[in-house]
Amino acid sequence: MIKATPKPLEEIIDFVKDYNKILVAGCDGCVTVCEAGGMKEAKVLGSALRLYYTQAGKDHEVVETTITRQCDKEYLEELKDMMENADAVVSIACGCGIQYLTENYPKKVVFPGVDTHFMGINADRGLFEERCAGCGQCVLGTTGGICPIARCSKRMLNGPCGGSEAGKCEISKDTPCGWHLIYERLETLGQMNRFLEPVDPKNWRSSRDGGPRVIIREDLRKAEPQHGSAH
Amino acid sequence: MSTKTPSKLEKIMAAGHLGVTSEVGPPRGADGAEIDHKAHLIKDYVDAVNVTDNQTSVVRLCSLASCIKLKQLGVEPVLQMTTRDRNRIAMQSDILGAAAFGINNMLCLTGDHQSFGDHPTSANVFDLDSVQLIQTVRLMRDEGKLLSGYQMKVRPEIFVGAAENPFAGPNVELRAMRLGKKINAGAEFIQTQCIYNIPKFKEWMKIAVDKGYADQTYIMAGITPFKSLGMARYMKTKVPGMDVPDNLIDRLKGVPKEKQADEGIKMAIEMIQELKELPGIKGFHIMAIEWEEKVPELVQGGGLYPRPQV
Repeated sequence: MIKATPKPLEEIIDFVKDYNKILVAGCDGCVTVCEAGGMKEAKVLGSALRLYYTQAGKDHEVVETTITRQCDKEYLEELKDMMENADAVVSIACGCGIQYLTENYPKKVVFPGVDTHFMGINADRGLFEERCAGCGQCVLGTTGGICPIARCSKRMLNGPCGGSEAGKCEISKDTPCGWHLIYERLETLGQMNRFLEPVDPKNWRSSRDGGPRVIIREDLRKAEPQHGSAH
Repeated sequence: MSTKTPSKLEKIMAAGHLGVTSEVGPPRGADGAEIDHKAHLIKDYVDAVNVTDNQTSVVRLCSLASCIKLKQLGVEPVLQMTTRDRNRIAMQSDILGAAAFGINNMLCLTGDHQSFGDHPTSANVFDLDSVQLIQTVRLMRDEGKLLSGYQMKVRPEIFVGAAENPFAGPNVELRAMRLGKKINAGAEFIQTQCIYNIPKFKEWMKIAVDKGYADQTYIMAGITPFKSLGMARYMKTKVPGMDVPDNLIDRLKGVPKEKQADEGIKMAIEMIQELKELPGIKGFHIMAIEWEEKVPELVQGGGLYPRPQV
């Protein structure tokens, strides 16, 4: 899922200090899982903002809420009344949610309350690790299920480079070498022969390099809405 | 072996001589005269001179321009190119530019991560990696094509090199396989990482010989003399992928500080003499970092002087 972290409070206060009626809008999706933008975090941020306004002697009204997903229009509509009532909104959804909220309420001032980082896994409580770079053309089938694009600092397709040492990447002793992991996995699978064949230059068009991306799934667009889906 | 390019380095090694290259690190400023100065120190003792490409991700006078300067001085350059800072458009363009100035050797590298250098906040590119850069230069030279498939009228005539680090992870077997991969991609010569751990290097070379790799490419052993005990310690602990055994550190410790530089040169010469006899070694790449004036002594001491005329 998408991983985000709360922005520093000072940065958020600097955004909202000239507004009085603030909506803190969380999201029940990915940012709830990584504990950056769910109801719990919305309440914490709301309390901190109230404390700031009180100490600064400013009139204020801070409301916290969350919706199922800020990346879906149907759920965003649920915010209509609260959005109308607010002078400014702090969205603590991921960058996608923040933008889609803005897009659906174009006259409202919306500020980001989190920094969105990457697509990753929950390795442990409070430990999130990147696993996918969203290149749009999955290579996991040939790399033992470990992504060289997300997990090699140089996104090499023919690693490991000469900086791999004792299983660690040259950028930091805390970063595992992605190609070392691939090597261990291919050896376990008995697929080491793959190492001798050069992998050709990648077509980066399907990644961010090709410009903003859109997926059009005609099969889904033509299909009837599924039972239980929101609309 | 027969030659495919006008490269003097290729001709020398194809004729069965041990090749000798060295390197020049360009300045961190626009002082082109420094290239001339460094080149004059070494030019009669080596067959070709590598020019590093923003090594350790520190901005320096560019490798291509420095190579052109070398060429104008009558010194044969080896253009080092990393894939870190340029995409395939820029790299192919630079390769054509290099060829247009009669640069006939290239060393294809991925490059150190930019977080090491003086611009750690920069974006990195890595559109290709070193193996793919080797493939690209070979495609351009052998088929006259760009990666796009565009057919050129004039092909770049480049002797294609790569680096390999026998001492990096995960192990010596995989590092030998990666040598094989670079050969499969088209690497015609290999300059190795600085060698200090001789037993491990011999292990890697034995695999290279047994697998036939040493007959398919010219392997040039990388030699970097220690200038001091401090440098040896720095190489051991700070430089990624460097393997400096304790016995070398102890040997430097055993001599007074003012004699350490001499001891470092002595150690490097002994290493050249030992490796000269090793099956599969086709030359030496002497990287005297900011110590270019010592290259003549190393080449002479190693019994590699005078250089053959071809």
